[in-house]
Amino acid sequence: MATIDIISPLPGTFYRKSAPDAPPFAEVGDTIAAGAVIGLVEVMKQYSELAADDGGKIMAFHIEDGDAVEAGQVVAVLEV
Amino acid sequence: MAIQRLLIANRGEIAVRIIRAARELGIHTIAAHSSADKASLAVRLADEAVEIGPAQAAKSYLNPAAILAAAQATHADAVHPGYGFLAENAAFARAVVEAGLVFVGPDAATIEQMGDKAQARATAQAAGVPVVPGSAGVLRDLAAAERAAEAMGYPLMIKAAAGGGGKGIRVVADAAEFAAAFQAAQREGLGSFGDDGMYLERFIARARHIEVQILGDGHRAVHCFERECSLQRRRQKVFEEAPSPVLDHATRTRLCASAVALAEAVHYRGAGTLEYLYDEASGEFFFIEMNTRIQVEHPITEMVTGVDLLREMLNIAGGAPLSLQQADIHLNGAAIECRINAEDPFNGFAPNIGTISALQWPGGPGVRIDSMLYQGYTVPPFYDSMLAKIIVHDESRPAALRRLQRALQETDIGGLKTTLPLHLALLGSADVHAADYHTGWLEQWLADNPPAA
Repeated sequence: MATIDIISPLPGTFYRKSAPDAPPFAEVGDTIAAGAVIGLVEVMKQYSELAADDGGKIMAFHIEDGDAVEAGQVVAVLEV
Repeated sequence: MAIQRLLIANRGEIAVRIIRAARELGIHTIAAHSSADKASLAVRLADEAVEIGPAQAAKSYLNPAAILAAAQATHADAVHPGYGFLAENAAFARAVVEAGLVFVGPDAATIEQMGDKAQARATAQAAGVPVVPGSAGVLRDLAAAERAAEAMGYPLMIKAAAGGGGKGIRVVADAAEFAAAFQAAQREGLGSFGDDGMYLERFIARARHIEVQILGDGHRAVHCFERECSLQRRRQKVFEEAPSPVLDHATRTRLCASAVALAEAVHYRGAGTLEYLYDEASGEFFFIEMNTRIQVEHPITEMVTGVDLLREMLNIAGGAPLSLQQADIHLNGAAIECRINAEDPFNGFAPNIGTISALQWPGGPGVRIDSMLYQGYTVPPFYDSMLAKIIVHDESRPAALRRLQRALQETDIGGLKTTLPLHLALLGSADVHAADYHTGWLEQWLADNPPAA
């Protein structure tokens, strides 16, 4: 069983939802397609989508909604 | 009682500016900062620093409880909110006062009164200040709306009374277009907000953004003339100047007098700004809103009037009456401010962060830098992208433009991309030199002149 890390290319604040009252883009256990958005990274008040390069099942999120993220940090782990 | 120990509840260049003003008054300065701002210039320059929470602003700079706890722990007797964050939060201003501290700004009640757009508009009208002409009350009936439109004149805007986000808005050029546009806006209003109530407002095609700086002590107010901030991108000011290059003496006098009248009507205390739209075609100005705080672009006013606005703010907050009479305040020459943001103008203004590897500021006569940068500083990704303001002053607008070009050419910020090249490109525009612009000009110019490296 192989796993792939989804890494944030940007430092900033990570969000799992598009708005405070919106549902999360994805949950642990979800199977997602390649290119699926799993969160947003806010850098200086501008938002970039964080997408999975490969499809697979989300095993874990290492960064929670609203937490700071560093460039290169693992945000989530996929089982492919 | 004069302020002795000031907590600065902000970050970036405005925290630095407040610290400088306070230290010149002999006030002990305490920089309240997030964990991401431990190495900030404000922390380096302040007499004392106190951490108020993690990087995310919601848990630090926007957290009233954390700021008040820090103020108590450091025995502060006053809090300066700067701009943004909690600067116009009436509940915060009230909490500061209830904790026995001085809030450097107006009363919470004034912040509330001027923060509500409808209430601010009514207050302005009561003080005799012109507001954008609009229909009285909500319109639902087409025939009544047509009569209101005829009375107001064209072009006009139809806006959904419950509106927001640009929904339910139509610009109508003449009477022939009115009925269809009104009904379409009603349908959109019903679909978006469940309400087909509409109101009409004068449409100003080429509006200029002109604002008046005022100072008040609760009894008396003075103005420090106006700034023009028409060069905007995504409603963010980019390049500002003082005075406005298009006002004649009579209009300037009426505009500034209207701002003082409104400030005195609300017994304003502290520094504030009244924002207006100016219709160059008709020579009319209309109040739109008030900012009950210091503004980013305050230095150009300081340059052309010689008034230290931050010093005045601190003195007034400490209980002193205004030190100035209107007759003491004169316009001297012209000043321009360029905002230097950590954005790449050659790549869609994408945010750019990094460590400042080289830093050369311009110098010489008439140049002022308000900045949070130092060499080796790593710009955090969590906050606004503004890094610095380059401000120039000279005897006239043409001289100030030449001085600005010289100053920008001297500037070198290494380690990340900034909007410095945008400002140099703007100085190549004939419209900028002729001051022939309006609030939509910059976005159009960027579309017509895509920045190329």
